[in-house]
Amino acid sequence: MAGENVKHITDAEFDEYVLKGDVPSLVDFWAPWCGPCKAIGPVIEELAGEYAGKVQITKMNVDDNPTTPGKYSIRAIPTIMLFKGGEIVDQVTGAVGKTQLIAMLNKAL
Amino acid sequence: MTAGIYAARDRLQVILVEKGVVGGQVLVTDWIDNYPGFPEGLSGSDLIEKMAAQAKRFELETKNENVVKIELTEAKKKLIFESGGELTCKALIICTGARPNKLGIPGERELTGKGVSYCATCDGPFFRNQEIFVVGGGDTAIQEADFLTKFASKVTVIHRRDELRATKVLQEKALANERIEFIWNSNVVAIEGEKEVERVRIRSNNGEESEITASGVFILIGTIPNNEMLPLEQLGADEFGFVITDDDMCTKVPGVMAAGDIRSKTVRQVVNAAGEGAVAAIAAEHYLNQWE
Repeated sequence: MAGENVKHITDAEFDEYVLKGDVPSLVDFWAPWCGPCKAIGPVIEELAGEYAGKVQITKMNVDDNPTTPGKYSIRAIPTIMLFKGGEIVDQVTGAVGKTQLIAMLNKAL
Repeated sequence: MTAGIYAARDRLQVILVEKGVVGGQVLVTDWIDNYPGFPEGLSGSDLIEKMAAQAKRFELETKNENVVKIELTEAKKKLIFESGGELTCKALIICTGARPNKLGIPGERELTGKGVSYCATCDGPFFRNQEIFVVGGGDTAIQEADFLTKFASKVTVIHRRDELRATKVLQEKALANERIEFIWNSNVVAIEGEKEVERVRIRSNNGEESEITASGVFILIGTIPNNEMLPLEQLGADEFGFVITDDDMCTKVPGVMAAGDIRSKTVRQVVNAAGEGAVAAIAAEHYLNQWE
């Protein structure tokens, strides 16, 4: 399922990749047991290809990385958060469509 | 989905318009035990994956748009998208489904995603070894309460009546589950907490109020129709806003069919939604044939 364009990050890498990144960063918080997460996987992968260089698109497995989801009080997945300059600028929970995610990304660019 | 598969296989020129990702409520169903052809049962997301693969084999075209308005005349059915685009067709099958009902109580909206949930399979694993509540007494509530005991140390089901509406087999399983407790004849009147759910306030039918500590509240009290974009008066709908059709899934408007949970009916299962999709696609084909 892991695509070529989406980087899977860990709690330890979160600061470096997301908070201190040069470009806006979208994080898809997911887990293997979550049906809707599986369903949006291909959408996240497509976006990573289309926004390469403009937005850093990453995924974090919340089972393996409990610290970051805890910090942001995430108790529902998929939760997709968009960071810019170290701050959350937008977030959405649930299996939303590609069109909605594109609108969210374009607003932040 | 089934309507799309049938229509594509019959070589109709068909587009499936979806606002999120295909699959709807099935996607969040942990386990489907009674869909024929799968003797061991399977997860909702696996069933959707298989349906999507089948649709792909018949080259069903999909469009990711949110329909905000539908304008219907006998000759033309026009869909207007949130993005500003439009799509016009000769025949339309409405499969907008339903979504979880809300309680509409203080704290519910504010704490959604922070302990308030409408989907046990999505959010259950966040409540390992914690005490949680399930509100409801139907099939979904009871099945998911049982599922949630995989994670939670205790699940309390709050139901406004003194007996469950869920089918016998589900009831028996839940009543035998030592980790499930029941509070009968009561309603949740508020959900409280600073950053996340900390407690619920309950009122019994005789007026007594109490507060109980909880870290999660799963609200599973039925569904409401996704009908905001539909011209209900023209189509014909029941008092709850579900679309009325005849046995061939046809609405009052020629060339407009409805299938699945958006239909006015008593049984809402994956298997009859699929069956209705097939009937609606065939009805659409018959309708289109009149034009040729």
